[in-house]
Amino acid sequence: MRLGRTARIALRTAAALGFAVIYVPLGLVLLNSLNPDRSAGWPPPGLTGHWWSVAAHNPGVRQALWVSVKAGVGATAIALVLGTLLAFAVARYRFFGRDTVSFLVVLPIALPGIVTGIALNSAFGTVLEPLGVGLGLFTVIVGHATFCVVVVFNNVVARLRRTAGSYEEAAQDLGASGLRAFVDVTFPLVRSALLAGALLAFALSFDEIVVTTFTAGPGVQTLPLWIFDNMARPRQAPVVNVVAAVLVLLSVIPVYLAQRLSADTAPSSRV
Amino acid sequence: MRTEAGRHPARRLAAVLRRRPRLRLTLLLTAPLLWLTVLYLGSLAVLFVSAFWTTDSFTSQVVKVWSTDNFHALLTTPVYRQVVLRSVAVALAVTALCALLALPVAFYTARVAPPRRRPLLVAAILTPLWASYLVKVYAWRLILSQGGLADWMLAPFGLRGPGYGLPATVLTLTYLWLPYMILPLHTALAQVPDGLLDASADLGARPGRTFRSVVLPLVLPSAAAGSVFTFSLSLGDYITVQIVGGKTQLIGNLVYSHIDLDLPMAAALGTVPVVVIVLYLLAIRRTGALDNL
Repeated sequence: MRLGRTARIALRTAAALGFAVIYVPLGLVLLNSLNPDRSAGWPPPGLTGHWWSVAAHNPGVRQALWVSVKAGVGATAIALVLGTLLAFAVARYRFFGRDTVSFLVVLPIALPGIVTGIALNSAFGTVLEPLGVGLGLFTVIVGHATFCVVVVFNNVVARLRRTAGSYEEAAQDLGASGLRAFVDVTFPLVRSALLAGALLAFALSFDEIVVTTFTAGPGVQTLPLWIFDNMARPRQAPVVNVVAAVLVLLSVIPVYLAQRLSADTAPSSRV
Repeated sequence: MRTEAGRHPARRLAAVLRRRPRLRLTLLLTAPLLWLTVLYLGSLAVLFVSAFWTTDSFTSQVVKVWSTDNFHALLTTPVYRQVVLRSVAVALAVTALCALLALPVAFYTARVAPPRRRPLLVAAILTPLWASYLVKVYAWRLILSQGGLADWMLAPFGLRGPGYGLPATVLTLTYLWLPYMILPLHTALAQVPDGLLDASADLGARPGRTFRSVVLPLVLPSAAAGSVFTFSLSLGDYITVQIVGGKTQLIGNLVYSHIDLDLPMAAALGTVPVVVIVLYLLAIRRTGALDNL
């Protein structure tokens, strides 16, 4: 569309404003972590790195971070297995109820987290507790895995749809066993999709708060739960500020990795 | 790998599997379907059945006697109706605001910006998606706090920031879900063929007319796809409301506040967003949005 000069300038301004709206709050979080004052008044009276060292030695934060990492790794591992199995079934076979499967896998993130949360909570309470298994890290992992399956599934199924099954058939016609064909042909084709899915699943689990609230046992506190608990406590404000700033800075890593991984899938690459 | 008797168990198993596609399919589907149907759908089913149970008002114990009292209360209690209407209105407002803000940004990143810079701009839209949900809400809690950035920016005009409340909730939710709207719009706009726009111009249409008659119909399904996220994520939210909403109550808060004392009522209230979201999905299905998800 040939746009006039005014239209171009208007659009550029609107886009610049849009990006400002997206980034100003994140920048504020970064700046606020250097605020010597405990209150969040604006403008900050000065800058200090003091709270960063305080936060680094906060045992609550360290513990919560470790719990989050364990939950994320566990949920990602389960989601990788279940999501990949489903993706192969849906992309490589035709069967009754195939569309239902694709729908079923989206449901845990399509429905409000609170509904998923209380459903799992009451199910765990009625089924697991009589067996002597209370809510704890295990139930958090199970809950997270349920909605992480979809991101692994989406990534792998998209990859499989783009690469026809004929590669595997060709390998088998050339004498490779099913296992050999999988190891040498299929797996390298889906490897980067698996990585991208795992990355997304971990990030999703790491950030989740609602389902966690309802599936975590009394002693289990993930990082989001810790932030939520401490957000309204004035005494903890500086540490919350630093943790928030760290999370903003860390969010660059998955974007960078995802870009690298999708570059791997570009037509010009080796695969 | 499961082993079978024989000299090369793995190879023999592979050979068996190769001859029997149905068996392969069954092996692929068993674990994930058990997980999703038994664990997830099973839990949901129990929850929805429990919406028809009641609670002993003295002991807060769930009484497993079938009754429709909860749904009756849901439909007749004015507070519930108000909260449901408010929640739907908030979700619609957030969706409209997101679409309004996203369109110029997406149009710029997809068609106006220099092509070499476009991947970088898309990454710039994506980055905040990875920033923690709580951190983003926290950022707005800081901005809207007393004497915070909003107050400071509006002070020269003799105004004050909105503080915590319903407007703060709408604002924060719009911020949270904005990238979910920009991305599908960007993708759709980037895919509009140049030839169509040239043809429209050749036939005498001004940019405004081309936008309305050519571009908009082509990106509408993607906007609808984005709106599924903005709408349903807003409708179910209760954390943002707790953090920046002041005394505001949305349906999620209502569910949350009933969980400990009256689980059946919480379950009944929980069916509301589910029903509304299903209705919303059915309503926009005709735009073809669901194929774009």
